[in-house]
This record gives sequence, C-alpha cells and structure tokens, in this order.
Amino acid sequence: MKQYEATIGLETHVMQQTRTKMFCGCLRVYGADANTHVCPVCVGYPGAMPVLNRKAIELCCKAGMLLGCSINRLSRWDRKNYFYPDMAKNYQITQADDPLCLGGKLEVEVDGVTKVFDIERIHQEENAAKNIHAAGASLVDYNRAGTALMEIVSTPCMHSAEDALAYMTAIKQIMQYGGISACDQEKGEMRSDVNISVRPVGQSELGAKVEIKNMNSFAFIKEAIEYEVDRQISVLEQGGTIDQETRGYDAERGETFVQRSKEDAHDYRYFPEPDLLPLTLTEEEMEAWRSELPELPAQRRARYVEELGLPAYDAAVLTADKATSDWFEAVLPYSSKAKPISNFMMGEMQRLLTEKEITIEACKMMPEALAKLVDLIDQGVISNSAGKQVFEILFDEGGTPESIIEAKGLAQVSDDCALEQWADTAIAENPKPVEEYKAGNPASINFLMGQVMKASRGKANPGAVMQLLKQKLDG
Amino acid sequence: MSDLKSMTIGALKAALQEGEASAQEVVEQLLTVVEEDAGRVGAFLSLDKDSVREQASVCDEVRGAGNDKKLLGIPISIKDLINVKGDPCTCSSHILEGYVAPYDATVIRKLREAGAILFGRVNMDEFAMGSSTENAALGVTSNPWRLDHVPGGSSGGSAAAVSADHTIASLGSDTGGSIRQPAAFCGCVGLKPTYGRVSRYGLTAFASSLDQIGPITKNVWDAALLLEVISGEDERDATSLREPVPSYTKALEQTTSLEGVTLGLPREYFVEGMDPEVEEAVRNAVEQCRALGAEIVDVSLPHAKYAISVYYIIATAEASANLARFDGIRYGMRVDGADPAALYAKTRASGLGDEVKRRIILGTYVLSSGYYDAYYKKAQRVQQCIRNDFESVFKECDALIAPVTPTPAYRKGEKTDDPLKMYLDDILTTSVNLAGNCALSLPCGFSSDGLPIGLQLIGNHLDEENILSIAHLYEQHTDWHKRKPEFLS
Repeated sequence: MKQYEATIGLETHVMQQTRTKMFCGCLRVYGADANTHVCPVCVGYPGAMPVLNRKAIELCCKAGMLLGCSINRLSRWDRKNYFYPDMAKNYQITQADDPLCLGGKLEVEVDGVTKVFDIERIHQEENAAKNIHAAGASLVDYNRAGTALMEIVSTPCMHSAEDALAYMTAIKQIMQYGGISACDQEKGEMRSDVNISVRPVGQSELGAKVEIKNMNSFAFIKEAIEYEVDRQISVLEQGGTIDQETRGYDAERGETFVQRSKEDAHDYRYFPEPDLLPLTLTEEEMEAWRSELPELPAQRRARYVEELGLPAYDAAVLTADKATSDWFEAVLPYSSKAKPISNFMMGEMQRLLTEKEITIEACKMMPEALAKLVDLIDQGVISNSAGKQVFEILFDEGGTPESIIEAKGLAQVSDDCALEQWADTAIAENPKPVEEYKAGNPASINFLMGQVMKASRGKANPGAVMQLLKQKLDG
Repeated sequence: MSDLKSMTIGALKAALQEGEASAQEVVEQLLTVVEEDAGRVGAFLSLDKDSVREQASVCDEVRGAGNDKKLLGIPISIKDLINVKGDPCTCSSHILEGYVAPYDATVIRKLREAGAILFGRVNMDEFAMGSSTENAALGVTSNPWRLDHVPGGSSGGSAAAVSADHTIASLGSDTGGSIRQPAAFCGCVGLKPTYGRVSRYGLTAFASSLDQIGPITKNVWDAALLLEVISGEDERDATSLREPVPSYTKALEQTTSLEGVTLGLPREYFVEGMDPEVEEAVRNAVEQCRALGAEIVDVSLPHAKYAISVYYIIATAEASANLARFDGIRYGMRVDGADPAALYAKTRASGLGDEVKRRIILGTYVLSSGYYDAYYKKAQRVQQCIRNDFESVFKECDALIAPVTPTPAYRKGEKTDDPLKMYLDDILTTSVNLAGNCALSLPCGFSSDGLPIGLQLIGNHLDEENILSIAHLYEQHTDWHKRKPEFLS
C-alpha cells in the first residue's frame, strides 16, 4: 500500500483591536444593536470614500515584525470584486501584489519536536458585514462591515492537524501578546481558511488543493483536517482524483462537503484601488513600532527558566495565555520567590478560576497580596494550609493577607510562653509516649506534637513546637 | 427690477453688496424662468422651491446683519451626482430613484460655508456616462442655442442651465471632458481642475482616478471664484492635494498682457474630420493670443491618438467596480428575486440604462483573468506615456491651446445609435484626465448655424492660475461670452 503525505496551508484572518473601523470613523463594537455603528463609508453609499486607519497599519506591521516578516516600505491597495450582501460596495479593499508584510516564520513545538513554519505574507483588508438568516428573511448587520482585518498566509508547510493547531495556537498567543487582537474566536476575531492536499510520499508536486473556508473553532479545524485528509487519501486509493474545490465543514456530521467547484470559482478581477494612495512608511515610524514590541511567549518562557529558575513546565503553563502571564509578571516586582508564586498560580489560582468560571482579570486579588502571602508563609507566620484559605479569600474579596489572617485568627503561635505551657501539659498528661521516646523511640515525639497542635487548634508553629519538645525531653 | 438672472456671479455679488438686489429677488426671477421653461431646455431634475426660498431669506438676513461671504446669496446648481444632505441624488438613473443623500459632499459643505444658495439639481448622462445628456433616464435636456441640439454631456444640465440663465453658475464633473465639452456646446466657461485639487468626497464615482468636480459659469472670473471656494485638501479624500489654494481671482485680475507667455499648439488636436468652422474659430483665437503678446509654438503629443482607447479601458474598469454598489440591497430601487444573485440581476437589469450596462460589461471584461494584462495593464502603461507627453511639452510652454471638440453641438439622436461615434466626441478632452492636468473651455466663436464653439486651454499640474489668467485676458478682448441664446430674447 502507498504511503500518503498531507500538505496544509492556512490563511488566518485576524481582527485587529483598533478603536475605529479600517476606512471610516465608526467605532468597532461587538454585540451592539444591528446597524448602529455605520456611516456612508462602511455601508457603501454613493460618493463615500475610504480614509486609512493608521492604527490598523501599525498593528499589522507589528504583527509582521513579531512574526519575523519584512515590512514593505511601499504597499498598495487593490479592489477585490464580488457580489454578496455582506460586502456593501460589492468589492473589498485589500492588498494583492504589494502587501504590508512579506516572508516570516514561526517556531513551534509540536509533540516535543521543534518545527519552523513559513509565513508567506500578511496583508491588510476590511471585514465583511454579518448576514443573519432568520424567519425566512436574510438580514444584514453592517456594524462589523469595514472593521480592520488582516490575513496571515502561511506557505503550504504543515503536514498534520497537530501542526495546524500548534501553528494557530502560536499565532493566537503572539497576537494577544502583541496587543494586536484579542483573537476571541467566539466573536469571530480569528478565523481560518485551510488548504489541504495529499500526495504519495516521494512525489514532488503537490496534489490538487481543497480549501475549507471560514472556520473559527480549533477543535473543528482539527476534525475537518483529519476528515479531509482521510477522504482525499481514500479517493486516491480507489483510483479517483481530487477536484480543486472549496468545501465547508459540517460539524454535526463531522464531514466536509462541496461548496463551490473549480468551474464556479470567482474571478475577483483585482485592480488598484483608485481612492487610496499607495502607503509609504517612514524608517522613523517603523523604528518606533519596533521599539514598542512586547516580549513574546517564547522569550518569556526562556526568561522564566533562566532568570527566575522556574522549571520549563511551570514556564510553559504560566505563559500559555497572556493574561495569566501578565498577572504573574505583576507579582514579580514584589517578590523574588518565583517558585512558590508559580505554585499558587498553577494550583489554587487555576482551580478557583475553573471552579468559578471567571477570567483572571475578574479575580479580586492584587498581585502584591500574593507576594505578601508567600512571604508570610515563608516566615512561618501562617501555615501552608492556612495560606490556601487566605488565598481563596483574597481571590474572592481582595484585601491584604495580614488583615485576613488577623480577622480569621490564622496566625501561627510561636510565642514561647504559650508553647511552653502546651508542651508541659502534653508531657505531663502523656507519660507513656514520653517513656517510649526516652527509651529510644524518636517517633513517639509525634504523638506529643499532635497533642500540642490540638491544644493550639492548629495555630502552633510546628517547627517551634518540635524544637521545644526535644529541648524538654532531651534536656 | 433689473434683470438679475442673467448676471454673472461677479455682477450679482456687486448688486447684492450695493443693496441693489436681494437674494430673494434673484431666486424668484430664476424660479419663474425655470417654471416658464416648462421643459424646453429642461436642465433641472429637481428644484425644491421652499428650500431655495428659505436659503435666500437666510442669506439676506446674514447680509442684513452686516456680513458678507464669497458666495453669499449666489444661486449655484448642482449636477445630480453630488450628494447634498436630504436631497435626492439620482445620477439620472432609475436605480437611484428614492435614494435620499444622508450627507453633504465636501464641495457642498464648502458652498454652504461660502453662503451659496443650492439651486436645484441638474441633468446629466446617467452616472456621467455620455457626451450628450441623451443617456438620461429621468428627463431630456436641450441646447439653449438650438433646442433640437444636444447640450453636450455628461454635465449637460449644468451647462444648459447656465447658458439659458436658469441659474447663475453650476457645478459639473469631468471624467473625460464632461465639463469642458458641454461648456463648449452651450457657450459657457467650464473648468476641469487638476486631479486632487477639489475633493471628490460625496461625488458619486464614475472613474475615481479621473473624476474631478469643477465649475461651469458665464465667464472666467466666475469660474476662478467658484474654484477658489471648492478647492483644497480634504481629509475625507485621500487623493486630494495638500497644496494651498491660491486666490485665483486675484491672479487673473493681475494679468494684463500675454507677453512672455508661450502657448503650445498641439498638432494632434487638429484632427481629421474636424469641422472647418471650429478649426477657423480656434485658429483665430490663437492669433488673438499672439496679438496679445503670446508666443505660439507647435508642439506634439504623440500618444494623444491612444487616449480614447486608454480612457475607455481605465474608466470602464473603475466604473465596473464603482457601480457594483447599486445592487438594490441598501438604497434606491429594488426588484426582488429568489436569492441575492437574482435580486441583483433583476434590479440592475431594470435599473441601469444601456450605456451604463455597456460600460460595466466592458470594464468587467478588461479586468477579467486572462485579459487584465492585455487591456488594463497595457492601458496603464500607455497612460504613463500620455503623462510623459504632457510633462515634456510643459517644459517648453506655459499652456496648450486647442479646440475642445471637433464639431459644435449636433442634433439630438444623431449619434445615439452609434456609441463608438459618441465616444469620439471625447477625443480632444480625455488625455487631460488621463494625465491629471487642469484645462478649461471658453467661448471663442460661433458656427454659421449660431452654435457656440469652445477654445480649450490646457495647463500643467496645479497651474489653474495660469490658464485662468490667459482665458480671462482673452475674454477681456472678445465678446463671445456676452452673447445670449436667441430664445431668451
């Protein structure tokens, strides 16, 4: 039996987090009443003309810089023509031959192996409106029409659903870290078209390409790729040929289906957009943008391991999403105890976030409070288990660890008088373990220790108690 | 009461400033003649009397309070493809019937700020596609000089209204000659500014890289003043030019001679088949300029012969995309269909006229995969050659002097069956749009049939001052612009 190899390329659309739309002053708002953020420009009224949003250009260039692209000092705008109610002008302003960013690469770990995926280009364009099909009618909401959208195009460099998933996860992380997009897939802020072909291993030219359009869920993308690769292989196995076509993914049935055959493919009739001048970027503005680039997850991971001495595992968990990592970063100025802080973040913090179904931004605890809490545990002021109680209160209510410890009476008792009294009582009331200890059974001291802890209702500092008991019995 | 309606902007301004007339009297006179016209000239598509009277009364109040503005109380008529908030803007097309503009074009904002009265919407070829205002879905406009002749186009309504004294001045738009040619046919002054001089924001686009709004007036000074008001950078039009706007009226008032001025006579503009009366009138005008001190040199624009072909590729390509928005979804007319594609097809089939469809099809074709390089790309390269031609002749001369059209206005219906023949009307005007230069048309004679003949002055980029000054001086020494169509007397 022949061996087959799949080849996958992704066109990933990312909505940038600009305040206003790409070519007009309307606000970019999600979830507003339909058609409340529109103007003659984004609804394609006669005579309206586009005006470039410089912030979008900045974000697109920064995305390119973060992905190692070269930035075109001179880029151009084109019109892509097609009739559809989601495109008010019936053409989309985009970039064809001269996009903002060219070339680039993304280093990603897939199943423990480091792979490098190549990025062909990133171009800037405008988003379509949202079509709503309801009650036998088709309605259009133009609030999204004309928002800034960039398209990150990979080369056909991936070979499995895992590759594609790792690529998209990394893109999402970088976009979030770079402040370019929140990439909220449920809001459609990140969508991908997936190009898939298969060929017998050893064949040099690629097989016919099938495009699966417009998917936003990573899970569905994975399923769709796996289904489509299997389908294409079985067609070839049975002596058939693959048609170049566009397919959709039916998540309920777990199948792809034909949307448009090659014969019906659009001729987009690209031509230069006469309403916009070619875009020229100066060396100064690009330098300024470069200086504002944030640290990327990979760089942060390296720093956590090298400078903070965290295990690689901790570094990966902490940087997986930007919000968590930023929170961790916010604790660091207050504490040098990275590992105990990491433990809290990976343990209690994650548990509570999951349990209460909130994001880290919504938790009430201040980063300096966690730093203080870790210090207090380290100094023996409270025990580990009391620390967890304090953490949960901080998480729910905020405040300082000191005031919570005070209010709840959680402080450990290291005070010599009180300890001495409890120790003397324990020794006096339990002659048998005392005997055994003195007879050479050191484990017997634990019973006495338990008695002291019980008497103190858990607040006695165990280290101090042990030291005191030994002193009394050995002395 | 004096005859206010036939005044130029300059004369009317003086009369208003002196208190010899009020804006309300001006608009009443105009409203009366437009009403009495009863469609003989038929320049107007819509004219909201209440709005006009209200604007006039506001103007009189403003003046009464001791204020003056550049165009305070001057009625200006607007070609029906420029958006005026609250007004229809049909572009002479059924497909935009029912559309009411939700915003003001930048030129309209500037007119309002200058105190002008927006005096009705004037006819045009549908979406500015035509040279006779016969491709107009909503009404017929006639040439005031001979009512059975066309007024030219596409700004035929703008020129006819000015020529017939149905308005004081008007705005038109010029993509391939649409201001200059009707101005020539109707005996007016028409100016196509340098590309980018006047904001296109709010001008319904035909060919975005060629379109410019410009004035059509009764004399050169009026054109200079109107240009002064509407020009300038606009943040809403990325292609508008940053250069400051000079005082055009001042410039032309300062010019008293053509000494030291070199005028180029492009040999390619005296085409075969040109009407001998047109050629004679233009050559006489050239001699007059020589007599006024100008040096006349023969020049060549070798690629001029390709201008029509290049124009009909570039302009239709852009139009095919610009007009795609007229789909029946958001505004204007709609013919329902079973699905969006059917709705589009039915709406556009019944809403757009034949010439518009012809150009959309042509434009779609030249952009199609497999044809793009052979047509659009190649046209762009030839366009560059045409630009280079102008660049090199402007190294040796200050302006070019030429005819506007090969013939005076022709009879209605004469060319309607032959689109190609109609396209050739633009042979002497399209190069300027392709190169982006400025040019104007002014009266330089009459045919034996009593039809006006236009003279074209072509200027370098942003050299409006120069061509206006030359035109003004020429006008001072001739009285072609003072004649009025016979039917007015």
